[in-house]
Amino acid sequence: MLRSIEETAEALAREAYVADAGLSTSLFLALRMGKALLLEGEPGVGKTEVAKVLSRVFDTPLIRLQCYEGIDVAQAVYEWNYPRQLLELQARREHAPGAQLHTDGIYSEAFLLKRPLLQAIDAANTRAPVLLIDELDRADEEFESFLLELLSDFQISIPELGTLRARHRPIVIITSNRTRELHDALKRRCVYHWIDYPSREKELEIVRRRLPGVGERLAAQVVSFIQAVRREDLAKPPGVAETLDWAEALGHLGASELSPAVVDATLGIILKYQDDVDILRGAVATRLLEEAR
Amino acid sequence: MIDESFLKNILLFTRALRRAGIPVGLDQTLELLRALEWVNLGSREQVFYTCRSLLVRRQEHLRLFAILFAHFWRAHNPALPRRQQMPRAPRHRPQAQPFTIVTYMAYKARLADEAIDVADKAGTYSPGELLQRKEFSALTPEELARVRRLIQQLNWRVSQRATRRRVPRRRGEALLMRRVVRDAARHGGVPLRLARQARKRKPRPLVIVADISGSMEKYSRLLLQLCYSATRRLDRVECFVFGTRLTRITAQLRLRNTDRALEQAAREVVDWGGGTRIGPSLHSFNRRWARRVLGRGAVALVISDGWEHGDAALLAREVRTLRRRCHRLIWLNPLAGRVGYQPLAAGMAAALRHVDDFLPAHNLQSLEQLAEHLAALGDRAQGRARRKGRGRPIIQRASGPLPPSAAP
Repeated sequence: MLRSIEETAEALAREAYVADAGLSTSLFLALRMGKALLLEGEPGVGKTEVAKVLSRVFDTPLIRLQCYEGIDVAQAVYEWNYPRQLLELQARREHAPGAQLHTDGIYSEAFLLKRPLLQAIDAANTRAPVLLIDELDRADEEFESFLLELLSDFQISIPELGTLRARHRPIVIITSNRTRELHDALKRRCVYHWIDYPSREKELEIVRRRLPGVGERLAAQVVSFIQAVRREDLAKPPGVAETLDWAEALGHLGASELSPAVVDATLGIILKYQDDVDILRGAVATRLLEEAR
Repeated sequence: MIDESFLKNILLFTRALRRAGIPVGLDQTLELLRALEWVNLGSREQVFYTCRSLLVRRQEHLRLFAILFAHFWRAHNPALPRRQQMPRAPRHRPQAQPFTIVTYMAYKARLADEAIDVADKAGTYSPGELLQRKEFSALTPEELARVRRLIQQLNWRVSQRATRRRVPRRRGEALLMRRVVRDAARHGGVPLRLARQARKRKPRPLVIVADISGSMEKYSRLLLQLCYSATRRLDRVECFVFGTRLTRITAQLRLRNTDRALEQAAREVVDWGGGTRIGPSLHSFNRRWARRVLGRGAVALVISDGWEHGDAALLAREVRTLRRRCHRLIWLNPLAGRVGYQPLAAGMAAALRHVDDFLPAHNLQSLEQLAEHLAALGDRAQGRARRKGRGRPIIQRASGPLPPSAAP
């Protein structure tokens, strides 16, 4: 149990997650109030990472549900193991041909395929798991309203089996890239936090902690360059994930500092659209490089 | 420990937030009061982030919140209890509106935002007859009023697309195993009846981006009416207007009362009848909104005469980007209905290569055609067909004679 905002920040720091005061506060409050933490922000700022770090902090399993358009109960909660049920029925018929076929037990837990949400509230869990509901904005509204129900009482009704209830409420982290606005009713059950791009100092600290092998000089230049790139008008500015990828790649290439040739050759690691590469390549990159050095 | 004056300040603060347009419910206030017991009240930072975590639920409100917080807790600093004072003379008593600076700052913060998005509040309209083919720019005021009413009655329907969610259907493409097994259990383990499911279908979202600059002035009120009519009839509509900058007016158009909705929308627009910057406006649309409103097979409808004062190459690039993000890009041009119209305006010519459909919008009939067109958009083969057809868009002309005043 984390007892204060400071303790929360320290716990994150121990797991090499560099959080700002806002995130530590939101996380602390979410845990304390037993609410879900809703994280929004540009791609690659470390939203998913929060859940992973949290599962390490509490030494508890991480259950991840990746959302996508059309995700429904069968993929998110449970599904009956149909092939097995059919085989079972047919096996019973062969054992007792001609007799009235009994269907007892084919709707029991042995035939149940537990998907992430059911795993998260499984009564067999010995401690509260971390449930990561990733990119909820990709799922449709129907799924969102289902989730709303789940988040309010952490129980799931399966018509053939009855109601399953969590013994330990999972710690819920929801992330969204804001390709659509989530419903207010859902937000009401969450503590909200927008993860911004980190400041230069924070980002440098992240690189240092995550990639201790990368030279100080290179790390500082990479971070300064990325920070400058984010100020340009791009379709998709690089996130922290790109910074880390880039620093790591440059390390592999044996670069000890940024040079125009190195930047030009590896621009594809930080920019994911050809239009953005076109904007940056050449004069702009050179200017940003000057600034970064 | 929270004392009474602090409690009062919190309540005043949440009221100031609401007044500035950040919706804060009583449940949130109560949660905040509970949470403040767990944090260090001496730390302004902790109090700030605690309030923000629990009171703000949208990224757009973060900046406004920071401004309001800074102003409010400077004026009413709970850490420094005020000295007991003699009762003030009436003329020295504080004014009844203590947060005028705060609300003013809120107002300013909103204006500073690139795209404006304002909260919504909450009638219907009646019939008329036919002025079908008369060019909009040639309408008399009475005719205009009638046309507006007719636009209101347009039958909007956007073609459907298959979502990824499945529903039981007799002739579906996939088996519905749950029912198959249940049926098998009744028939000795043999699945006799194969229940099926199919993709659920939903209408495509419609996104309207309308030009209301000087060259479009004659049409702009009607365009707003068009946006309003679409918003009333369809579930998923997003409306944006631009002259020199982009404004989102979706929320205003959701007002039930037509006149108030149009009035509110018009008030949000900063640049009625100003210059046109189509390229930059589409650019800011692509950057700020495209990802959020063009998902789920949306149809984008751009309404503009293509008179670009700026860089035609930029416009072409932005139109291309826009087209890649939507299911179908339709460009409506009020000039296109004129006999002998050629897309010669540099902007229009540049944009044309990237649009899927280029349709006129100069009279009521053309708008009806648009509505029919939207209802009949193709489903899947679309992607290929339109690529083949790209570069030679079809200009559909309204049939019938045009009034003489409409000739170029």
